Amino acid sequence: MNLALILISVLILGSAAVALALRNLIHSALLFVGCWAGIAAFYLWAGAEFVAFAQVLIYVGAVSMVVLFAVLLTRQSDAAEPMNPDSFSRFMRALVAGGGVAGILVGAILGTPMDVSTAGPAPTLTVKEIGGQLMGPHAAALLIVGLLLTVALLGAVVIAAVDRPEKSEDAS
Amino acid sequence: MSPLQLCLLLSSLLFCVGLVGALARSNTILVLLGVELMLNAANINFIAFWRYGPNPAAGTGVLFVLFAIAVAAAEAAVGLALVIAVYRHQKNIRLQEANRLKG
Repeated sequence: MNLALILISVLILGSAAVALALRNLIHSALLFVGCWAGIAAFYLWAGAEFVAFAQVLIYVGAVSMVVLFAVLLTRQSDAAEPMNPDSFSRFMRALVAGGGVAGILVGAILGTPMDVSTAGPAPTLTVKEIGGQLMGPHAAALLIVGLLLTVALLGAVVIAAVDRPEKSEDAS
Repeated sequence: MSPLQLCLLLSSLLFCVGLVGALARSNTILVLLGVELMLNAANINFIAFWRYGPNPAAGTGVLFVLFAIAVAAAEAAVGLALVIAVYRHQKNIRLQEANRLKG
């Protein structure tokens, strides 16, 4: 049981770290797909099947496509100068900050006694129950999330749309 | 070591990988992906505490993760649209050079 979790963790952390260290953005985006698929595998391992499939649909399917489109639309031409290597001191400072946070969190986790019932079987939450909860006590939140998604996606289209020609003539 | 502690360690390390990526890289898309990684780490925490918590039948953690994924998808769409808009103005997406409010 723990072995599967450790394997999934190695997959997630390894692909995430390599993706953030690479220079090639397309390789990074494809490695992020692997990382998100690993997180979906973690959800399956934990018994949250509905969340795992939502993760596959939204992250592995949709967000990765949006990221790939953004990478391709903002690609520098080969004639352009290559991206300057990030300054070493900035990377070291980021590493110190991240390492500090990691040390504090790991110390807190390892130092806390957690007497939870780990021996129990995996809880089962059927899709019917989730739907009942979404439509019952959380109906207002569901409506607000739908409105938020609509507004955010319309705003994304407006922001990314090309300016009208007369506007650019005015600006010039 | 209990499985709950392993899950929490996984989410903490994933959060820190995302944090280092968001702080160290100067490419806007990679910074956004680092923030997404931190959101995913928070979701892993929710699922872990739902799985090993005292009352898993309530399903609160699962519902919270569903809403968090929806909000994260909206955030990714708007962020990448902003990246495209910035690229159109200054022809690159380095964060250090995005320092003007009006292009």
